Amino acid sequence: MTPEATRLTQPIVAENPVTLQILGICSALAVTTSLATALTMSVALTVVLSLASTSISLIRHHIPPSIRLIVQITIIASLVIVADQLLRAYAFEISQRLSIFVGLIVTNCLVLGRAEGFAMHNRVWPSFLDGLGNGLGYSLILIIVGTVRELFGTGTVLGVVILPTVENGGWYQPLNLMLLAPSAFFIIGFLIWIIRSWRPEQVEEPQYRIRVETAGGRS
Amino acid sequence: MADLNPLTWWRRFLALPNDSRVKTLGVALLVALVSAAAVSVTAVLLKPQQLANLERQRQARMEAMIAALPGMADILRQAGASAIETRLVDLDTGSFETAIVPAGYDQRAAASDPALSMALPREVDIAGIGRRANLAPVYILRRREKIALIVLPVHGSGYQSTIYAYLALRADLNTVAALTIYEQGETPGLGAQVEDSAWQALWPGKAIADESGAIRIAVVRDEASGPYEVDGVTGATRTMTGVTNMLRFWLGDHGFGPFLARLRAGEISL
Repeated sequence: MTPEATRLTQPIVAENPVTLQILGICSALAVTTSLATALTMSVALTVVLSLASTSISLIRHHIPPSIRLIVQITIIASLVIVADQLLRAYAFEISQRLSIFVGLIVTNCLVLGRAEGFAMHNRVWPSFLDGLGNGLGYSLILIIVGTVRELFGTGTVLGVVILPTVENGGWYQPLNLMLLAPSAFFIIGFLIWIIRSWRPEQVEEPQYRIRVETAGGRS
Repeated sequence: MADLNPLTWWRRFLALPNDSRVKTLGVALLVALVSAAAVSVTAVLLKPQQLANLERQRQARMEAMIAALPGMADILRQAGASAIETRLVDLDTGSFETAIVPAGYDQRAAASDPALSMALPREVDIAGIGRRANLAPVYILRRREKIALIVLPVHGSGYQSTIYAYLALRADLNTVAALTIYEQGETPGLGAQVEDSAWQALWPGKAIADESGAIRIAVVRDEASGPYEVDGVTGATRTMTGVTNMLRFWLGDHGFGPFLARLRAGEISL
């Protein structure tokens, strides 16, 4: 694989922004009660992230270091407003359900993290691929969490009934926990566990070790 | 001789060291300009589409509100959705305005047109709306040639946005049938709860005015008691005051007050 292609594929699993870097958790909790909102949020974030990385990389030689964060945030915030306006015009129902979370992409550490950590030091094309790859990695997690929560919380996927619920004369008793924020924590936790069992190199060194006292030591 | 070619200036600007003051200010200005242009162009271009979406939602909310009222769904089913009749009211005289077709009338646009609206003096403008259009639409649902329900569109300042709502009154013109807030930008989780159906469910059955005609309806901080009081949302005092003032303004002398008075007295026929 060429280095460019690696930039795109690495962040999807190997360096996934949510499960490895634990970034963008807030929105991953808030918008994943149904798959439709998770998908819309994923598209919005991926587009914003790719465009932000591209435009910041484009002007990276001319960003004065003293105001670089402000410049980055201004660019990101403008892109987010544009994305929000587009959703309100062409996906009104979904934008009502996402409420303020599209606007909160500005504060998603993932976007600023990629701008500051990658786009500021790399050429335009790799920066675009890095943004796109990270967006897709975030989207993958959101889609998994959204599918699981919608399926077990309401028995549907994208509004199509998969498990007929007791309320509607079926057999499935929906798990209300799935519709609450903690369930997203559990699912993301399980995903991290699965990924790190599969790729043990992702496991972090423990920051502290419990010291084992030898016999005769202080109690 | 000074070089006046802008391209040379641009190159010289780009060649400046990044930590120089001129470059810092210049880059900040340029980024701000480009971003502002992108945001404003999108906002202006997409405005018509967004307004159309809001209009559709408003229509749907009103139909849902009327259909959800006990007894009203039957009338609607018998007579069809066209039973909701839109009339324009001249708020100053309190009579129907028949020269203008209601469907083409835009109350919000009229409110900013000096020829079609009036500026409200500060002491009467309790709803904080600044200007009020001279004409306002009302929606009437009839049963056997008598009013079964009348819906008044109202709006007023909340804490950080203008709240738009429909107030539906029963045939006695004093009992609230429903209050539906269909557009607001209050604090999510606090003031924005006015849009929740649970809070709006507190309204049906409340009375607007007492026997003497004084408007008594209010959102209160403590537990609501009596027929005129509605429980407020804790932590959203200014939104709640906004709702109270909005209703008091629109039911008062500068709102639908004269119209409702004449309707009650039987001075105007439908």
